[in-house]
Amino acid sequence: MSSRIGPAFHRLRQDRRMALIAYLTAGYPNLESTPELLAAVAEAGADMVELGIPFSDPLADGKTIQATSQAALTGGITVVGALEAGRRARRLVAIPMLFMTYLNPILSFGLARFCKEAAGAGIDGLIVPDLPPEEAGELRAAASAQGLDLVFFVSPTSSAQRIDAACEAATGFIYCIAVTGITGARSALDPKVIPLIERVRERTDLPVVVGFGLSRREHIAALEGHADGAIVASALLDAIRDAPADPVGAASGFIRGLR
Amino acid sequence: MSARGFVKGPDSRGRFGEFGGRFVPETLMAAVDELSTAFAESQNDPDFRQEFDLLSKTFSGRPTPLYRADRLSESAGGARIWLKREDLLHTGAHKLNNALGQVLLARRMGKHRIIAETGAGQHGVAVATVCAKFGLQCVVYMGTEDMARQSVNVYKMRLLGATVEAVESGSKTLKDATNEAIRDWVTNVLDTHYVIGSAVGPHPYPLMVREFQSVIGREARAQMVDAAGQLPDVVVACVGGGSNAIGIFAAFYDDPVRLVGVEAAGRGLKTGAHAASLVGGRPGVLHGSLSYVLQDDDGQIVETHSISAGLDYPGVGPEHARLKEQGRAEYVAVTDEQALAAFHQCSRLEGIIPALESSHAISYASGLAGGLAAEQNVLVNLSGRGDKDLDIVRQSSGG
Repeated sequence: MSSRIGPAFHRLRQDRRMALIAYLTAGYPNLESTPELLAAVAEAGADMVELGIPFSDPLADGKTIQATSQAALTGGITVVGALEAGRRARRLVAIPMLFMTYLNPILSFGLARFCKEAAGAGIDGLIVPDLPPEEAGELRAAASAQGLDLVFFVSPTSSAQRIDAACEAATGFIYCIAVTGITGARSALDPKVIPLIERVRERTDLPVVVGFGLSRREHIAALEGHADGAIVASALLDAIRDAPADPVGAASGFIRGLR
Repeated sequence: MSARGFVKGPDSRGRFGEFGGRFVPETLMAAVDELSTAFAESQNDPDFRQEFDLLSKTFSGRPTPLYRADRLSESAGGARIWLKREDLLHTGAHKLNNALGQVLLARRMGKHRIIAETGAGQHGVAVATVCAKFGLQCVVYMGTEDMARQSVNVYKMRLLGATVEAVESGSKTLKDATNEAIRDWVTNVLDTHYVIGSAVGPHPYPLMVREFQSVIGREARAQMVDAAGQLPDVVVACVGGGSNAIGIFAAFYDDPVRLVGVEAAGRGLKTGAHAASLVGGRPGVLHGSLSYVLQDDDGQIVETHSISAGLDYPGVGPEHARLKEQGRAEYVAVTDEQALAAFHQCSRLEGIIPALESSHAISYASGLAGGLAAEQNVLVNLSGRGDKDLDIVRQSSGG
């Protein structure tokens, strides 16, 4: 099975559209709701979904994802549970799905075994924020063997050399971090992300996707014509948190409001 | 390659064998690269070394004495026990060696804001002390549980002009303080240096912390030869993240000397309420390096327990993982109760009130000495003094 990510970006480029990518924490607000939430954001217009597998010590994440991760872990989410949620979601949606997780849970599970089971569940790619390209050899091999894309990051602090290393190692897309900082909704988009996107473009033909801090329609609009995709995470999870009676409706409404 | 076949390391990728490395977000990679370069340059710069050595002497109080603990030895009933008196270092623990080295390095790199994590507060106090001396802005992250059990150190840090940021997440101890410090560093990396307090974290930290702490072992080795006319048979040190242990062990890698690291067995290894990463954990990635980690079956980091805040940490430095794997050092664990008994014994018999962390080493060393011959020598790193622990000891002793 080959990844759905490349073909999806190809179609988006033909349509001159930027991808809207929604992040959900597996098991938040509870295990049962994850496939349904995922289907709802797809229906509302998300072009891809990142499904976070919670880790006890998410050191690249701000308060929102710390809280959703902790709630999901308290609710009993496991790597196996996240794989099962992915498998169930795959029956409901056709869009690309990626797992985002820190290294230790999948290292503990076994990298080769994890990649095999993720691919089997219908997952298309992996994003691991504490795994820079120079430490990624084993996971690259394991992901590649299963046809999974492995995404790497560039940040405002990345040198030209480091951008090259990320572009060399990555498949699927390049994750361009919009802020020098951790995840979490911010009120403004730092305009310095545009030249960073351009620096990456000079070095790769891979799609360039922006994430961290994006929370509003105008942030997405500002990236149109520059980026190939925009990731919305904490702001979506905040909307879900604030609507305990109807998390699916809140997620759906939030995604619709971004376009 | 040393005489005993132990390769010191790390290699150019920051690996001690398979352990170590750099598992950090991309935003920090530029900072750890810059730090590696700056550290390497500083080590080849005679001016840097001279300033470090001079301040170690005039500000920190080096060299610290080596002391023959006769009544403790007599009570153990075997080998002579020697204490390397890091408790007599300025601020009361070995932590100042590393804080001084790293802050000097930060100044060299032009970073004017310093952040740190702390468990027992000893590292936080050491960093706040050096920042006060140099007039640098200092922010220390500390779990609220640790703030409660080490309130004197919180007050000291504030007296010294540092901001103490209370960390409410997770277990509210050292692990969570470290997470928060890393998040601060990711956000403020351009003007901020993160002074990690132990031999943990991404490369070059484990190497750098070892080098700044290795003065302990160099002094102690020479002092032993001078005072006892021979090398020690065994060197014993407590291990949380492992900086005092690596600092004393490193001088003996090439010698026929047993190295023993003592972890915190808390309420007992079988209860799960402990902090013995090497004895009770398995390899994993936490806080930027691959080492032994206390984790559940799903790779989630577990909450730890030790009566000593400085050992209450689910990870350990990658060089210790390598020393364990190679069999060059052995690792054991001592319970809260045993450490408390050693705390009282050392106080009563030697007139030295040891830190609860160091009490773990004293406890194991006493037992070990009892099984050795009278002409043998056991060297213990007395890494800190126990003033900070009086409240918790008083509570634990019901008095």
